[in-house]
Amino acid sequence: MSLRRPSKEQPKDFEFNSVSLEEAKMIIGKYPEGKQQSAVMALLYIAQKQNNNWIPLAAMKYIGKFLEMPYIKVYEVATFYTMYNLAPVGKHFIQVCTTTPCMIRGAYKIVEACKEKISEKENELSTDKSCSWMEVECLGACVNAPMMQINNDYYEDLNKEQTLKILDKILSGQTPKPGSYRGRVNNEPENNRKTLIDIKNA
Amino acid sequence: MLKDEDRIFQNLYNDRGPDLESSQNRGDWVNTKDLIEKGRDWIINEVKTSELRGRGGAGFPTGLKWSFAPKEVGSRPHYLIINGDESEPGTCKDRDILRFEPHKLIEGCLIASYAVNAHVCYIYVRGEYFLDGQKLQAAIDEAYEKNLIGKNASGTGWTLDIHIHYGAGAYICGEETALLESIEGNKGQPRLKPPFPALIGLYGCPTIINNVETIAVVPTILRRGGKWFASLGKAKNTGTKIFCISGNVNNPCNVEEEMSIPLKDLIEKHAGGVIGGWDNLQAVIPGGSSMPLIPKKTCETLTMDFDSLVAEKSGLGTAGIVVINKDQDIIKCMARIAKFYKHESCGQCTPCREGSGWMWRMLERMAKGEASRDEVDMLGDVTNQIAGHTICAFGEGSSWPVQGLLRHFKKEIEDRNNFNPTFDIDKDIPYLVDQHLLDKKDA
Repeated sequence: MSLRRPSKEQPKDFEFNSVSLEEAKMIIGKYPEGKQQSAVMALLYIAQKQNNNWIPLAAMKYIGKFLEMPYIKVYEVATFYTMYNLAPVGKHFIQVCTTTPCMIRGAYKIVEACKEKISEKENELSTDKSCSWMEVECLGACVNAPMMQINNDYYEDLNKEQTLKILDKILSGQTPKPGSYRGRVNNEPENNRKTLIDIKNA
Repeated sequence: MLKDEDRIFQNLYNDRGPDLESSQNRGDWVNTKDLIEKGRDWIINEVKTSELRGRGGAGFPTGLKWSFAPKEVGSRPHYLIINGDESEPGTCKDRDILRFEPHKLIEGCLIASYAVNAHVCYIYVRGEYFLDGQKLQAAIDEAYEKNLIGKNASGTGWTLDIHIHYGAGAYICGEETALLESIEGNKGQPRLKPPFPALIGLYGCPTIINNVETIAVVPTILRRGGKWFASLGKAKNTGTKIFCISGNVNNPCNVEEEMSIPLKDLIEKHAGGVIGGWDNLQAVIPGGSSMPLIPKKTCETLTMDFDSLVAEKSGLGTAGIVVINKDQDIIKCMARIAKFYKHESCGQCTPCREGSGWMWRMLERMAKGEASRDEVDMLGDVTNQIAGHTICAFGEGSSWPVQGLLRHFKKEIEDRNNFNPTFDIDKDIPYLVDQHLLDKKDA
């Protein structure tokens, strides 16, 4: 199990704004009547998006009332799933996969780069308070290892130099291009493709 | 090597684009109405003839699973759920289907939901695949617009609604009953079986749960006939399969190949060989991290299918092949996998919750050579206390890789960890440290 604690500093109130409210209503409509509790995961995402990428306890209470379910059940869900940030993270939230397939292709070099550019420790904000990073478990892009995720984008086929460049761009407010950093197309075997050649050339 | 025309996923590398028009050019949605009009029994029989086995890891025959759904809809509606919570280290095939072949999946959903009498289908996509989920959503919207799904889907008179439900970073939600809990808005802790989901599943209603790849191959099977699919591979291990080859190879890639292809072919032909040459190969994890590793000498002749791998005391799992060469420390590799399982245990059953951390701590010390010699046997004992003593298969999944390590690399561990605690009493051995103390303090 992973141990997760809510932040010590919590805002007093939380309420969905009109955009979030509309999105929430649309999502509740996906589930059968009376089963609105199913929407709790999606609503936590909405709260996280609205609140600078983390979920305060007030938001859990609000969602509990919104979905007519006990606060403790919302709390249970928010603390169980690791993608809900319970404490403030950077606007650019960097997740480095270090599970075995990435590890044996040098994921810890990426971790070094993050330590150099962002912060010595995981989950600590960079000096300009815009970024934070953490090690995570398998992100499901194993044939593009090593890789990292910045907010929703995947950056694949990395090495340390390229990671440093990407992080520099992020820190200077630019958005680097997601995808492979060795120039290969998606998941094809680089320079060694033996299948579906006719379709590629057609 | 499989002929290109027999490959089901023609757009695996996104040469043509995932949109509806180019999917239709590749043959999707062409005669869906005719297929459905042949009736439920024909569809299920054709899938049974094809001997398609589930692609999510367990390899359960798909046609058989569908026939478990009640024939008539009673007071409770039926549901179809697609499991796209792909989180097994070494596996990244479903992601390519979601982003490049979404229409194969959506068409499969329509056919499967008709076969099992479901009007609502939920596709559970792992939270990290948010952008790939958005691409799938765009394809779903396209299909609604053209009335391929929705009311009177594709002119068949059948109504089908497809919704995406995003996960949020829990590996355990790939287990089917944990996935149901997750959709119901609870934390993802697996349920006891029986009752099986086919009778009592989502919201207590009959529910059929299939992997993304399983459903995406169904339309092609029906079009080309179950016999065609069964003619590929070997008996009971038929058809094609997307293999993900990662780790220490020159060209890591996803490739669709025939079942029962020799492992050496996959690595040498498609993945460009092991880094440092074939002789530099140390071991291969054949089916995602939860399958026991295979040493080099077995890799020479091994064929990749469910039954041959079971004979080697491993499994095909999700066909995520992780190649480990001799430059890597095999004990450290397995320690990292053990850490993964420690992190992802849902905490419901004590043997798994406590045992997964225990295995990780022992392996970390073994990698450093700090364990005592009798701990090697103790590690084996811990794995046996976990496997088979938990509600879901996570217990096996976490202990099998360790058992594989002990089976094939016991000598390496013993060579590195050979001190005798009776004599070396000064050595500080942290036998039982609360794992939370070792974990991130500032999480």
